[in-house]
Amino acid sequence: MELFHEPKIDWLGKKWYFLGFSLIFSVSGLLSIFFWHHLPLDVDFRGGTVVRVKFAAKPDADHIRSAIETAGLKDARIQQPYGPPANNEVLITLSLTATSEAALDQGRATIVSALSQHYAPGAQSQDKLDLDNVSGSALASWLQQNDPEHLGNTADAQTRYQTQADALVHFRDADHSGIIDSIDNLRGTVDPAVLTALQQNAWLSGFSVRSVEIVGAQVGKVLQHQAELATLYSLAGMLVYLWFRFELIYGVAAVVACFHDTIITVGAFSLTNQEISLTVIAAILTLVGYSMNDTIVVFDRIRENLRLSRREPLADLVNRSINQTLSRTVLTSGLTFLTVLSLFVFGGEVLRGFSFALVVGILIGTYSSIAVAAPMLVAYQDWRSGRGKGATLPAAKKARV
Amino acid sequence: MKTNIKTRLLIIIAVLVIFVFGIFRIPHGLSGSALKQAILENIHLGLDLKGGMHLILQVKVDEAISAETDTDVASIQSDLQKNGIAGATVSKPDPSRADFIQVSNVPASHASDVRSILESSYSSRFDVSPGVGNSWTLTMKPTVESDAKQRALDQAIEVIQSRTNTLGVSEPIIEPYQLGSYQILVELPGVDDLGRVKDVIQSTARLEAHEVIGDQPWPDQQAALQALGGAVPPDAELVQSVPGAANEGSTTAWYELKKIPIWGGTDVRDAQPGHNPNTGEPEVDFYLTTAAGSKFSTWTGANIGKYMAIVLDNRVQEVAVIKGQIGDQGNISGGGISEQRVKDLSMLLRTGALPASIDFMQETTVGPSLGADSIHQGVVASIVGMLAVMIFMLIYYKGAGINADLALFLNLVILLGFLGFSGATLTLPGIAGVILTIGMGVDSNVLIFERIREELRAGKSPSASVDQGFGHAWTTIVDTHVTTIVSAAILFIFGTGPVKGFAVTLTFGLLANLFTAVFVSRVIFDAHLSRKLHGEPISI
Repeated sequence: MELFHEPKIDWLGKKWYFLGFSLIFSVSGLLSIFFWHHLPLDVDFRGGTVVRVKFAAKPDADHIRSAIETAGLKDARIQQPYGPPANNEVLITLSLTATSEAALDQGRATIVSALSQHYAPGAQSQDKLDLDNVSGSALASWLQQNDPEHLGNTADAQTRYQTQADALVHFRDADHSGIIDSIDNLRGTVDPAVLTALQQNAWLSGFSVRSVEIVGAQVGKVLQHQAELATLYSLAGMLVYLWFRFELIYGVAAVVACFHDTIITVGAFSLTNQEISLTVIAAILTLVGYSMNDTIVVFDRIRENLRLSRREPLADLVNRSINQTLSRTVLTSGLTFLTVLSLFVFGGEVLRGFSFALVVGILIGTYSSIAVAAPMLVAYQDWRSGRGKGATLPAAKKARV
Repeated sequence: MKTNIKTRLLIIIAVLVIFVFGIFRIPHGLSGSALKQAILENIHLGLDLKGGMHLILQVKVDEAISAETDTDVASIQSDLQKNGIAGATVSKPDPSRADFIQVSNVPASHASDVRSILESSYSSRFDVSPGVGNSWTLTMKPTVESDAKQRALDQAIEVIQSRTNTLGVSEPIIEPYQLGSYQILVELPGVDDLGRVKDVIQSTARLEAHEVIGDQPWPDQQAALQALGGAVPPDAELVQSVPGAANEGSTTAWYELKKIPIWGGTDVRDAQPGHNPNTGEPEVDFYLTTAAGSKFSTWTGANIGKYMAIVLDNRVQEVAVIKGQIGDQGNISGGGISEQRVKDLSMLLRTGALPASIDFMQETTVGPSLGADSIHQGVVASIVGMLAVMIFMLIYYKGAGINADLALFLNLVILLGFLGFSGATLTLPGIAGVILTIGMGVDSNVLIFERIREELRAGKSPSASVDQGFGHAWTTIVDTHVTTIVSAAILFIFGTGPVKGFAVTLTFGLLANLFTAVFVSRVIFDAHLSRKLHGEPISI
């Protein structure tokens, strides 16, 4: 099977379309960064508190907000639904101003206690055990204290209760995403006597805190600085490597293409108002390296062809090189895209930003090796010959790919 | 040629066996759950998959400096007294500078005495310089100060380590956090009782005994300041009490205490939970070291009738009048202290006080349920991605697709086996790195196969085409790997926890890919070609 059978596409003839396309995407991204959504930064960089809560039933954002406001937190942002609506998850975000550096975790504590109060069905549950939020060790010691199986205070009893507590927590966390629908469902997981005790003296609050992230301003700033440095270093690293492997102009063209990819990817985050987190930066840096791959394949072929036929006009030669390598460029990117797409669809909320960056970046990266990097070489040569210096695009010393 | 292929096949099988061993070691059985357990035992999961807590703590090292200079102030005062110099004041005039002591109002007649005392006893740790009038300033030497701060950090790490050990956290990481100054990185995997753990870590657990100045406390801070004429004397401090500190039923109040404690945090030798023999209330019984005990006994003997306060983490727990000599033990009760708190507090006192208080700079908590879901989603995404790639390769390259799929499978085995051997941590982004490795790894096969097809189109024989294909694609494959690995290396250097995990899996996945896509694929081709007649076409 073959996708492209000896394609003869005039890529450079379409350079104005490419330029227009690139400009539209990068300029609209930049406009959004400067004037619209700005750079939506994740709590990693911005600082603040993010609490991810899962509910047993479809949560009502207004109820949650009023519960939290009653507890004294005014500017909480509630994102609902978070992820697929069927998951019943909510993301509650507090800005850094609501949480002072000295009492970073106050916001979290307030949110959790506000939710407990709101979801507590009356005072009857005050002294009861909340099975949706209890920890394994707390449950084990509760069981020992109440001793529903009348085992007395022996080591055997301790292990027996500990095992059952672990089984319950495993049932809840590993098999049911942290929420128990009904205490009756625990039949079989714990002994009948324990089940009866739980039915009488425990309740289900119907929510469970899945993750909490609290970042102080100082840590956020340090991380932001690190991310900027890392991006710069990897672009510089690529430039140096391509300079070493080819010639400076190839390196410059590749890095410009890479920069173009980075801007469009970051712009896509701004346009869609998705937050940039540490893992998104990791994805972008990976893209810097990966989108270099297609560029290298095309450049290698250009150099090889330059060595073989010095008389051919450069534009034709570049076209021919792109066409010769087209199937492998599209295939390699397409296969990587396939895996990244699977990550985007199945990988869950935590990796959503990361896989989104890769999905966008791989598409743009492939496009830019054909539409930005290679035409830049031709533009460079036109510019040189326009100044009367003749063609100087260096050819390969030795044929590759 | 044939034996050559055999040796190479043996190498491949050996590698396969070694890395499969890396993933499973010797499993307890061959059932699905036994294998799953074996994998989990060998591959370390990160906090984001296992659930747990990641903290960055700031040690307020200035407090440790301040405590040190407080002692110096007291010792200068007593040195001056011993030498019969009266009237001089020793103070720390600038509250924002813990390292700065001033000796002022020195009588002119004693100026040279003061100078010689300061220079003989304090110049090793302080820069002593004369100020305006008859005064001297002592500034802690930068090396002494940074040593003291480092000591405070080391001590804090040690204390937190022993505290988390008593909590039974398995494989905790407690180490200096390099991106901040005097910060500590704490990672507690699998912890499920987060509130308690945080309390235990954050408690300074500094137990001190102070002399009470005056005998009446004030109901609030304002009243206290008013009574003191607006400012607390330099050698005293105002401390709030817990309810029930003075006697049963007493409310919270403010006491004026001598700043320098009679004994302090490091003087506690042991602490045990106990019960008050009269009321049966829970209490913490503590014991002082021999040296501190005898000092305490002398001091109480000399100060009968005065009031004394037991202070824990800047809150007065007990106030009592001294009725006679007190030896090396005491207790903390009152304030409706709970059994659990008594247990924790005894443990905290046993493991020692933190040299300075601690602020939380960052906290990431992943509940175990989210971790379990993340693993599930990561595995599904990997399998779907891998199947998609494998099926595509089979359709597009037919026979050679099988070759690529075998190489890909081996690539994955080596990567997972490497994770098992090296003890590197698999994080959620790390799983993403595995998925990316699948996608990028197969790129090498595509580059080789496309080149082989090109050679075949040019009319070369199958074996020559395979030879040329591998030869020509090699440099490009190296190029593409280098660029991606450079990116991953930068991520490893600059990244934290989960991101580092991503960099590790991606890098080793791609290194393994060099072996599988180039060496293994080639062997499979050669083995296949060796069974064919010369010039018989291959399926690609």
